[in-house]
Amino acid sequence: MKKLPISQLPALFAHISQGQKLYIPADVGGVPQFALWQPGMEMTRSLNTARSAKDLFFPQVENMVNFKVTGKQIDVVESRDPGEDFVLFGVRACDCRSFDILDSVFLDAPEDTYYKTRRDHATVITLGCTEPEETCFCTAMGIDPTTPGGDASGWIAEDTLYLQAHTPKGEALLDSLPMLQAAQSEAVEAARQQLRAVLDRLPLKELPLEGFTQERMMTLFHSPKWKSLSESCLGCGSCTFVCPTCQCYDIRDFDDGRQIRRYRCWDSCMYSDFTCMSAGQPRPTQMERFRQRFMHKLVYYPANHQGVFGCVGCGRCLQKCPIHMNIVKVAKALGEEIQ
Amino acid sequence: MRNDPLIPMVAVVTDIRTDTPDVKTFRVVGLDGRKPFPHVPGQCAMLSIPGVGEALFSITSSPTNPDYLEFSIKKCGCVTAWLHQIEPGQQVTLRGPYGNGFPVDTDFVGKDLLFIAGGIGLAPLRSVINYVRHYRERYGAVDIVYGARSKADLVDYPEILDEWCHAPGVRVHLTIDNAQPDWGGHVGFVPNYVRELGFDTGKTVVMCGPPVMIKFTLAGLQALGFRQNQIYTTLEMRMKCGMGRCGRCNIGTKYVCKDGPVFRFDQLDTLPDEY
Repeated sequence: MKKLPISQLPALFAHISQGQKLYIPADVGGVPQFALWQPGMEMTRSLNTARSAKDLFFPQVENMVNFKVTGKQIDVVESRDPGEDFVLFGVRACDCRSFDILDSVFLDAPEDTYYKTRRDHATVITLGCTEPEETCFCTAMGIDPTTPGGDASGWIAEDTLYLQAHTPKGEALLDSLPMLQAAQSEAVEAARQQLRAVLDRLPLKELPLEGFTQERMMTLFHSPKWKSLSESCLGCGSCTFVCPTCQCYDIRDFDDGRQIRRYRCWDSCMYSDFTCMSAGQPRPTQMERFRQRFMHKLVYYPANHQGVFGCVGCGRCLQKCPIHMNIVKVAKALGEEIQ
Repeated sequence: MRNDPLIPMVAVVTDIRTDTPDVKTFRVVGLDGRKPFPHVPGQCAMLSIPGVGEALFSITSSPTNPDYLEFSIKKCGCVTAWLHQIEPGQQVTLRGPYGNGFPVDTDFVGKDLLFIAGGIGLAPLRSVINYVRHYRERYGAVDIVYGARSKADLVDYPEILDEWCHAPGVRVHLTIDNAQPDWGGHVGFVPNYVRELGFDTGKTVVMCGPPVMIKFTLAGLQALGFRQNQIYTTLEMRMKCGMGRCGRCNIGTKYVCKDGPVFRFDQLDTLPDEY
């Protein structure tokens, strides 16, 4: 384990950013978000970023390939960003788990090389939480925020940042930082104990999720509760956009006058045209679309991934939903019904 | 730089056949003039015209055809309308194949096969039917029930008349929705016709057509004594990726693009009916 006085964080950031790009959670335009570090930029005091860290690996919009069309002829023009090494600093345990979930989707054969390139280029340094919020429920999703994972983990205890590498990549990064000093783990252990005490008082620390199994899939699907739960849903898609694990996408073409740019962008199962075909609409009302999103996170995804839920309990959807509907309310309503 | 499965190859449309007033069949080869890739009957491919869009179509030609892929496409949206106005020599992009396909080399072997199709629903079944005709000795009796709105709406009518109707051990039962002067065959909807024909319940059924046809034909088959696990169908959902990631074709724990599009009805019975 290594350590650094918090006052020397700017020097640490400056050193890292000499060799590669560094992204830290910072307040930009009043919004906490992962931003490219520049001299003078400080870490946000917010617990978490407004948007999740998935943007760094699965950006909201990315160009995939271009086409030149001349008469009847089509030429494929590679337009891919080759990628470069970067460090993603200050990722919370929830967002770090979301990378595992995104990996299971994008790195399954045939792997998505756009996503893979960014993953390969990244060194992820997580940061232990000190003051989780009332909307946090990562523990209900089986995440231990006292051991946040990544290539290296960081904990802040009093005026010191402690860092522990977990992978060769994390080790290499920490070894390259001369300002780090060797440290004992007592202070981190104390910080963890403090965090555990806070976690234990969180209102959403446990959710009735035992019944969300593949065996009960059809019972849950046909629950009469979906109607009342979804009644006020506006279909705005905010929940999917701030969600660290939502990975549905669209592929579209844009004609810039010289060539056709084929790009990928986030999409949302909450939108009416998501599944709309000329032959019909398999999810015709917001009730079906609402149900799809939560069934996918709580039943379909876990059934295909050894019981791991497709939610990391970051609480962003609880904060952002304009009608105050969210996965916690859904889990509680259905979980209690089937118990 | 590594290639990605989402980056398509360029292919050429070498022949366009007008099948019905709203269905054309497109013959596609690679830029080298050869078949773009091998496939299994029932599998699909993503065809696109840059600037217009990309859409998934079932491959209607049989894998036994060594020279090209064919797609029978009904004009019903942006991409299909664009395809319907192109001329031979037009390049398109292609990626695939996607999906599981029909179990032609396993479950179907040695079985009496009953194909039931309605309208453009013949497109995916044509691949299986011609595969079965090619390896005729591997399968038992073959019955084909095919219906369309009118005689002019029967896809692949010349091939049906000239080849399927004369194939050994193959019986073809055609029907159209309403009587017309130049039609001497059966008149009526497919579900009723299947019940009238009253097939032996030992057959394996392969069915594709509009949802309303599927619904009533399935009920009719079950009334005749067929079990769900004898009946196969192929589903259609909106798709963008073809690899179970874009999220559109997710039904329960399955993705139609990679776990399907071919399912048995006993499998569908365990899934939400969102298709």
